Amino acid sequence: MNQIEKNSMECQTRHKELESNACGLHCIKINHIGVTLGKENILNDVNLHIHCGRLTSIIGKNGAGKSTLLKAILGEIPHEGTIEFKDIKNNVYRDLKIGYVPQHLNIAKNTPTSVYDLVASYISKVPVFFMKSKKTYLKIKEQLKIFEADELIDKAVCDLSGGELQRVLLSIATMNEPNLLILDEPVSGIDQNGMELFYQIIDRLKREYDLAIILVSHDLNYVKQYSDYVVLLDKTIIKEGTADEVFQSNTFYKTFGKLVYMEE
Amino acid sequence: MELIYKLLETILPFHFMGYSFMKNAFIAILIITPLFGILGTMIVNNRLAFFSDALGHSALTGIAIGVVFGISDTNLSMVIFAVIFALLLNYIKRKNTVSTDTIISVFASLSTALGLVVLSKGGNFSKYSSLLVGDILSIKPKEILFLVLIFVVTLIFWGFAFNQLHAISLNETLAKSKNIHVNLIDNIFVIIIAFIVMLSIKWVGILIINALLILPAASSRNLATNMREYHAFSILISMFSGITGLILSYYNNTATGPTIVIIASVVFFSTLLCKPYVK
Repeated sequence: MNQIEKNSMECQTRHKELESNACGLHCIKINHIGVTLGKENILNDVNLHIHCGRLTSIIGKNGAGKSTLLKAILGEIPHEGTIEFKDIKNNVYRDLKIGYVPQHLNIAKNTPTSVYDLVASYISKVPVFFMKSKKTYLKIKEQLKIFEADELIDKAVCDLSGGELQRVLLSIATMNEPNLLILDEPVSGIDQNGMELFYQIIDRLKREYDLAIILVSHDLNYVKQYSDYVVLLDKTIIKEGTADEVFQSNTFYKTFGKLVYMEE
Repeated sequence: MELIYKLLETILPFHFMGYSFMKNAFIAILIITPLFGILGTMIVNNRLAFFSDALGHSALTGIAIGVVFGISDTNLSMVIFAVIFALLLNYIKRKNTVSTDTIISVFASLSTALGLVVLSKGGNFSKYSSLLVGDILSIKPKEILFLVLIFVVTLIFWGFAFNQLHAISLNETLAKSKNIHVNLIDNIFVIIIAFIVMLSIKWVGILIINALLILPAASSRNLATNMREYHAFSILISMFSGITGLILSYYNNTATGPTIVIIASVVFFSTLLCKPYVK
């Protein structure tokens, strides 16, 4: 049995353990990712398999390289190693479509950008300064509805609450039906209700749609509650497994101390 | 050109339209102001106000280079220098090693000083001092043609790439994940700014060109709630200030550029007062 067959077998067995509507036939392999900026080694030999229908959370201290890993996966910074996207059914490699939810937008107060303008800028060719395309408008509204944000379409982006903005950004990220959704600490500055709603939506997304999710978060309680797989990062993966496996490990205690865990 | 002159005389049968320099200036204003109104929206959004100001100051060096190398058309050396200057600043901004305003400031000071030193050699600077405030009344039909050309180029760019430019200004990583060519679009944008600033600086002046770029868009932000209103108000405010400023400066015998800036500032403060009732 060669390496590829072995890997796909492994992917398939893992999927059988999951109870979701995702097809379970896609596997994203992150092989030997390393990032060096200047003389500083930021990431070293990160290997990870990400499966559709599954929420993989990346946790770690500040400066552990979490955001850098996301940037490497997005192809924004030069890195060693490869990222492969494989269709196990046909056993072929395909192009990976990534949806990305940023931490924040560069938008000053008083900026006259409506939610329609924001979304249409990423998905439409009709210049938003010129006219509102009815077709695009309806398409965006429909997409926003999935995330309970359709009534926001004519609001100014800079007036949205943190939770509302995240739901709009999620709509943009999922617009072209990505295979992989990347969430970069998506819940900073959001109230408790907004957080709950956000994680519920993510949970629904991974069950109803055919995509894999990577989440970088500092909120360990939510990570524990919603993740299928947790990766503890400190320049390289120092512990990975189910939430329980990671949260009860010695490495976890060493990284975060006892206090964090006791909070729960 | 004759046809346009006739048209202007028919539509605006005022005394000042009798002079061909006023007709030229009027046409130039009709091209420059909407252009500034459009461009200003994204200059303000992208926080490039400081950048466009520095670009304006680099005109002095552009002219100085032209003089040193004996290029008869200093427009050429100005545009070439400004494009290089803009791309260089963009490159440094992307490297992200030093604070951007510091870098822009350093470059702006250097290019201003360099230009002044070269142009003032032999005590000749008075020849160039009109550059500081500009003189739109001296514009010639051929120079209007340049403005028309850059106007058309800008409209084409805006039509094809505005959404992408807007997307980049909101979040670059997100834009990249949607397969937008971030660097390319951003570079074209600053090149267009460089062209427009250089081709209009003789008419509006180094000291005030930035005010004309920023004020209409800044006023528009106080009223607009979406991109369509933002552009419409910005263009209208820019054209209103331009035309009113030109006519007032004619009757009061003042410099045109500064008069336009005063009108635009008055409009800005009015919109600021209106803001709570409109938005």
